[in-house]
Amino acid sequence: MTYLINGQIESICVEYQRDRHRLLDIIRSVQQKFGYISDEAIDEIARCCSIPRVEVDSTISFYGYLSKQPRGRITIRLCNDIIDRLQGMERVAAAFREVLGIDFGRTTADGNFSLEYAPCIGMCDQGPAALVNDVVVTKLTGDGAREMIRDLREHMDPHRLVRTLGDGNNAHELISAMVNNNIRQRGEVIFSEFHPGEALRKALSMSPVEVIKEIKTSRLRGRGGAGFPTGMKWEFTRGAAGPNKYVICNADEGEPGTFKDRVLLTECPEMVFEGMAIAGYAIGAEQGIVYLRGEYAYLNNYLEQVLQKLRKQGMLGARFCSTKHCFNFDIRIQMGAGAYICGEETALISSCEGLRGDPKNRPPFPAQKGYLENPTCVNNVETLCCVVRILEKGAAWFSQLGTTDSPGTKLLSISGDCRRPGVYELPFGVKLSEVLKLAGADNAAAVQVGGASGQMVGSADFHKPISYEGLATGGSIMVFGPHRNVLEIAHYFLEFFIDESCGYCTPCRVGNTLLLERLEQIIEGRGEPADLDYLQQLGQSIKALSRCGLGQTSPNPVLSTLKNFKPVYEQLVKVNPQGFRSSFDINRALEEASRITERRSVIYE
Amino acid sequence: MAKPRVATTSLAGCFGCHMSILDIDDRILKLVELVDFDKSPIDDFKTFTGRCAVGLIEGGCCNEENVHVLQDFRQHCDILISLGDCATMGGIPALRNTIPLRECLEEAYLHGPSVYNPSGRIPNDPEIPLLLNKVYPCHEVVKIDYHLPGCPPSADTIWETLVALLSDKPVQLPYELIKYD
Amino acid sequence: MNDPIKLTIDGVEVEAQPGQTIIEAAGVSGIYIPRLCHYQGLKPHGSCRLCTVTVNGKPMASCTQPAGPGMIVETHTPHLQEFRRQILEMLLVEGNHFCMFCEKSGLCELQAQAYRHGITAPRYPYLFPQRSVDASHPDIWIDHNRCILCARCVRASRDLDGKNVFQFVGRGRHKQVAVNARARLADTTVNLTDRAIGICPVGALLKKRVGYQIPIGQRSYDHQSIGAEIEKSPCSASKK
Repeated sequence: MTYLINGQIESICVEYQRDRHRLLDIIRSVQQKFGYISDEAIDEIARCCSIPRVEVDSTISFYGYLSKQPRGRITIRLCNDIIDRLQGMERVAAAFREVLGIDFGRTTADGNFSLEYAPCIGMCDQGPAALVNDVVVTKLTGDGAREMIRDLREHMDPHRLVRTLGDGNNAHELISAMVNNNIRQRGEVIFSEFHPGEALRKALSMSPVEVIKEIKTSRLRGRGGAGFPTGMKWEFTRGAAGPNKYVICNADEGEPGTFKDRVLLTECPEMVFEGMAIAGYAIGAEQGIVYLRGEYAYLNNYLEQVLQKLRKQGMLGARFCSTKHCFNFDIRIQMGAGAYICGEETALISSCEGLRGDPKNRPPFPAQKGYLENPTCVNNVETLCCVVRILEKGAAWFSQLGTTDSPGTKLLSISGDCRRPGVYELPFGVKLSEVLKLAGADNAAAVQVGGASGQMVGSADFHKPISYEGLATGGSIMVFGPHRNVLEIAHYFLEFFIDESCGYCTPCRVGNTLLLERLEQIIEGRGEPADLDYLQQLGQSIKALSRCGLGQTSPNPVLSTLKNFKPVYEQLVKVNPQGFRSSFDINRALEEASRITERRSVIYE
Repeated sequence: MAKPRVATTSLAGCFGCHMSILDIDDRILKLVELVDFDKSPIDDFKTFTGRCAVGLIEGGCCNEENVHVLQDFRQHCDILISLGDCATMGGIPALRNTIPLRECLEEAYLHGPSVYNPSGRIPNDPEIPLLLNKVYPCHEVVKIDYHLPGCPPSADTIWETLVALLSDKPVQLPYELIKYD
Repeated sequence: MNDPIKLTIDGVEVEAQPGQTIIEAAGVSGIYIPRLCHYQGLKPHGSCRLCTVTVNGKPMASCTQPAGPGMIVETHTPHLQEFRRQILEMLLVEGNHFCMFCEKSGLCELQAQAYRHGITAPRYPYLFPQRSVDASHPDIWIDHNRCILCARCVRASRDLDGKNVFQFVGRGRHKQVAVNARARLADTTVNLTDRAIGICPVGALLKKRVGYQIPIGQRSYDHQSIGAEIEKSPCSASKK
């Protein structure tokens, strides 16, 4: 038996040239085939790739969707994002527990179903949602969940759960998803009429340096959130020494509340790939990688087909020539496996290299030494789309849209307490209040701008513009009505960061756990006024001392609610005049002993 | 003028820190000139007779009685000092903190290799204070003003601290007087 | 090309060799920047963050940041010292550090850093995590309770011993050192003479049967603060 399994594992490894840098693909394939990665499989992968087994173990243990334990034939991953929670996730969770007779984190005795939670799967505009193996199910209800399990028990085929196809390409036979795009507002840059190939032809009529100059003139800044000038990034990568350069498209859209890249990859993958080719031409790269988050695996076949089509058209995979210049460029898709941190560009590179998704030390920056130590430029999906339009329509056209420091438009993923959740393309500089109006968020009391790592703002800030210099966001806008508890939302985000921290550096790994502990005490009414300073100081230290963007932004949910919703905290904390620690709860501390001894405290009753 | 009063207690500790107080040797005569002892095993006062300037706490809190005594100290003392590693971090008793309480009791009274317990019962008399779910460092139960780590803190550490506090000087311990063992 | 780099550390202009990190350049000038994961001869790791300094006002890990021309580096501002205390206190509460019976006490770098920074008790609550011990090997044992995830053993085994006995598994709170075997250290190729064995800053990776050999009072940090050897012997040639 073992040798049969080993033979299959060996052929998977051979498929990836026994290359340890394709370890993530190898592990994914092994899991696909056997349902999990056993100790025997780890040994065999290690042997076939000539690496220590602990390296294989290290990679597997990093990713949420990889398992060393046997799992059910069908794994249900219910999205427990804050927005899904507000939309009734708990009822859905209860229904799953009830009909399957297991709790989350468990597998049914018959080995058919595993039940798990997943952080934001990018469906906030149509939640509660879940992944059933790779199939997305949206707008779940308790009854819907029960019906779903009934159906699955009959046919064990997640694909048959899709009865109504979504809009646009979601209905394409290679996607066949019930997902909807929900494009509510089409703007001038991304969602205007597009002529595939034109931008690349135009780029090739220019020299690479001229292309970079054009992007610099447009003042395009990265759409992932950090806002680094794209032209400058390209210039650095072009200028770095190294024979093989890489373009990586960051499609690891994991920021809670963001789903616009999903829509771009569904509706305009040609534009994304063309943007990558232009970037490749500009920086002198012949190879591109799309890092696609594991949650979007349902788009993979379609994207592969589009790549194939572009290869047939001669745009990819072969010498592509304009009247002036020729160049080679091809793209591969790297699937992720459930790790938010991999959206951080150096962690993403680690992941592409088949390693744990640990961010790398900087310097060197990816532009100098990125993927396999080669100069690498990592761009967001939306940024690459902007590139195409800039080449097509000119830097001058682009830069007159938006504001001086934030030219162009921005795709916003809007969800939460609003009537029209979905994707909106709006010029930078648009006021948050206008955005809320468009989305039908008449009752907004708090808005989380920029996802978990962003800011929670109150109505006092609704007049501010959406822009890098104003309210910055990689696209996520989560709306909360007056009946929502902002501290519980901050608590959720903090838990999310704790789960998703790679654990590399002390402040992020330990600091956030401590931050959560104190926030919980405050929420439970056991906080003291001094705890607010404690949160502030601890949060600021985590920001200042952490190694990567995750840690540097992880305290934001606490810090921004402390800043913008201070009265909510102040109402909950009180001084303990006796000098006792309010955080210490004698009744709670004695609960277990009372249970064991079946008597109550004589001192404290 | 009345002398300032000092109280001491040993909660979940081994009295080693109290031994260290006695280790100040002949300086104890000076100490007695400086202060009066209130509630303390040193003079065997069981209850507080009045307000105290300083309270020295040995040991962390492993049961409800420890919490009660510690709270009593907090209410009677102007300055509260955690004396030794058990008070500052739980110490040896806190080794149980990673093990569920029931398992600890079963190991201690039923399954441990040296246990002789024909009754097969875990002692459960109303006189026995209930155990806390884990051993708490003192500063997680009440506000503590100073920490003197060490197992035990050296006599010099204790002496320097008391003298500084009783003469209204800042407590500034040199490198060699802060040790965790 | 190989001209020395001029930068200012704590108000003193110092020269660094190209490629030198700030922590190294400072050390040559007799300025000790506290560190835990950093170990001379190992590839910088940048995980403990204790060596954070400000470079032109911005916090950076000095073990991974190369010295650059014109940098204004501050290593010991009250703010940075406060940061360091916070990191040390985080590490002290994260694991189960029972100094009173630890074989490494007096020689432990975490403890020594805490002494150096005058920490009498951490401000944070102790987390008391559940961690395991691997005593399977006849000569070496791992106590995960004390591990601070500095990766010294991981790097030393890989880069100095050429073995890869250790590597991290898990992420976030669940991150821990694993061994290159299905479960036990005894099943790896680790050897008592490996560089990885003596390199642990704390008492997480220890040789058996050699604990408590140095009497209290004669151990590395009983009288002298960690870093004193660097502070005592500044290479005056590089100071101006």
